[in-house]
Amino acid sequence: MTETLRIVAPGLLTTVQDLGRFGYQRFGVPVSGAMDGFALRAANLLVGNEEGAAGLELTVIGPTIAFTTDTRIAVTGADLSPELDGNPIPLWQAVDANAGSRLTFGSARDGLRSWLAAAGGIDVPVVMGSRSTYVRGGIGGLKGRPLIAGDALETLDHAGLSTARRMPQDFTAPSYAGSFELRVVLGPQDSAFTDDAIAALLGSTYSISMDQDRMGCRLEGPALKHKSGPDIVSDGSPLGAIQVPGDGKPIVLLADRGTTGGYTKIATVIGADVGRLAQAMPGDEAAFRAVSVDDAQALLREQRAVLTAIRRGADRAAAAQRIAIRIDGRPVEVLDESGAPVTLPDWPERVDGVTLKSASAASGGTRHEFEVELRERG
Amino acid sequence: MYDSPSFLHAGDQALVVELGDSIDLKTNRRVHALMRAVEATPVPGVTDVVPSYRSLLVNYDPLIITATELRERVETLEKKLNDRDVKPKRVVRIPILYGGQFGPDLGFVASHAGLHPMEVVDLHSGVDYPVFMIGFSPGFPYLGGMSKRLAAPRLDTPRTETPAGSVGIAESQTGIYPVASPGGWRLIGRTPLRMFHPERVPPSLLAPGDVVRFEPLKSENEYLRLQAEGRHALIAERPS
Repeated sequence: MTETLRIVAPGLLTTVQDLGRFGYQRFGVPVSGAMDGFALRAANLLVGNEEGAAGLELTVIGPTIAFTTDTRIAVTGADLSPELDGNPIPLWQAVDANAGSRLTFGSARDGLRSWLAAAGGIDVPVVMGSRSTYVRGGIGGLKGRPLIAGDALETLDHAGLSTARRMPQDFTAPSYAGSFELRVVLGPQDSAFTDDAIAALLGSTYSISMDQDRMGCRLEGPALKHKSGPDIVSDGSPLGAIQVPGDGKPIVLLADRGTTGGYTKIATVIGADVGRLAQAMPGDEAAFRAVSVDDAQALLREQRAVLTAIRRGADRAAAAQRIAIRIDGRPVEVLDESGAPVTLPDWPERVDGVTLKSASAASGGTRHEFEVELRERG
Repeated sequence: MYDSPSFLHAGDQALVVELGDSIDLKTNRRVHALMRAVEATPVPGVTDVVPSYRSLLVNYDPLIITATELRERVETLEKKLNDRDVKPKRVVRIPILYGGQFGPDLGFVASHAGLHPMEVVDLHSGVDYPVFMIGFSPGFPYLGGMSKRLAAPRLDTPRTETPAGSVGIAESQTGIYPVASPGGWRLIGRTPLRMFHPERVPPSLLAPGDVVRFEPLKSENEYLRLQAEGRHALIAERPS
């Protein structure tokens, strides 16, 4: 364990979060965790961590962080204009941060919340199996509270970690501006609502209200009418559930939601989409679309496949870089002058214009000499 | 209680297993028994289970188990539950100092019920309370079984701070504030036990499915002695 970073200025709301606290909802302890699990998982993988390591969740106004040890970081999610020593750094990419350097944030250009991963993962005490901060209950994180100026954070040892990884080439960083769609599975209590209410939910747009935080997000739009009252015998509250109290205004339950509740839940935002609400600005419009459980799970698998692709990226890239040619229909190994397999340079941006490489391949007792030419696309 | 469980999708990562639609002890005990069965098996892919009055919310990872498989596993476990499984596993005795500064509303509850304060104490500590569920806030137990004669309205203006361990009454419910928080319940006493502590394993003194028995303390000295001992613990026993 090493002290790796120090909070110089805390920003608006910066908390330590991992993927959440499971197994304690039966004692009334909320799950908490990153508001967009995918973005935290990706940030972790990029710096070489396991997906579930603890990172920082930043909200609208990012913190100022001084690094006290060399580390590797990645910022995912919203674009809060991160700069390392005054130079803008890319999102969704691993960046080396040296001891003495300083990470700052500027204006919130796109979205509200970012996740910062550091190599090794942030090390705060594990409380009930998680490092996540549940601010309202004063549980987890650093002393159960948001970070403040002067806080020093340690990271776990990262000597054995994998090297930096990258997002798959076909990954497009999400944009969080404007209106968006949330796919839902109807229920568990959709039968408590009138047909008109279901039609209104799926056929209108709802705007994000000011009344939103890590617990939930209240929406404004056509009131959703119950057949006979909004109350049920209290039961467990799943992530993404859209509960509708007597006023007919839907509330989507998020990371810090109470574990149980007594309002009808008309639908549940699917796992692949619920993280999008972490970025919803008051006034943004959301449209709901119903999908089947099978479709929702397929979408979740697709999202998880991106993570697998990051994890396997290095191997796959290495395999793809081998140049495969055939001579007289038979695959042959292409070797450079030293006899090593010819591979493409590690990453395309390192290709500087055109690269020529002398190579040879043997087939049927004949040795072919040739040159491999690498050209930058576009 | 339903003849067989009803399964409701709660999104793509949770399944509600409803065993009934009312608040009753029989259904609730079966919910807890089913939770224990799911955990003891264990069913792969289950990430967390949340018991409540009449249903069990089973959170799962669809990349490990499909909804159909999960439903089949839970259905089988539910069918296998026997009489012994559904019996409560623990009785938790909680010492309470009633009245005085620890229970400032004891007098109100007594006069509202037309009883002497000592009769309130006898009625309140004379029955076993099932912990139907824990929710609302960390460690907050929803207890059933209070004598209807003790029902009392909430305060018109909630207190900004209710001390941890306070035992209160709201309408026909009684409960314990596990941690200090604002609240509008009528406070009739307080326990010196620490009901909830995040760093203790498990964090909550009470678990869903427990049976609670309140035991009146005789004096403030006794209360302070127990508090000084820092007793988290409890005197738990298997019910007879």
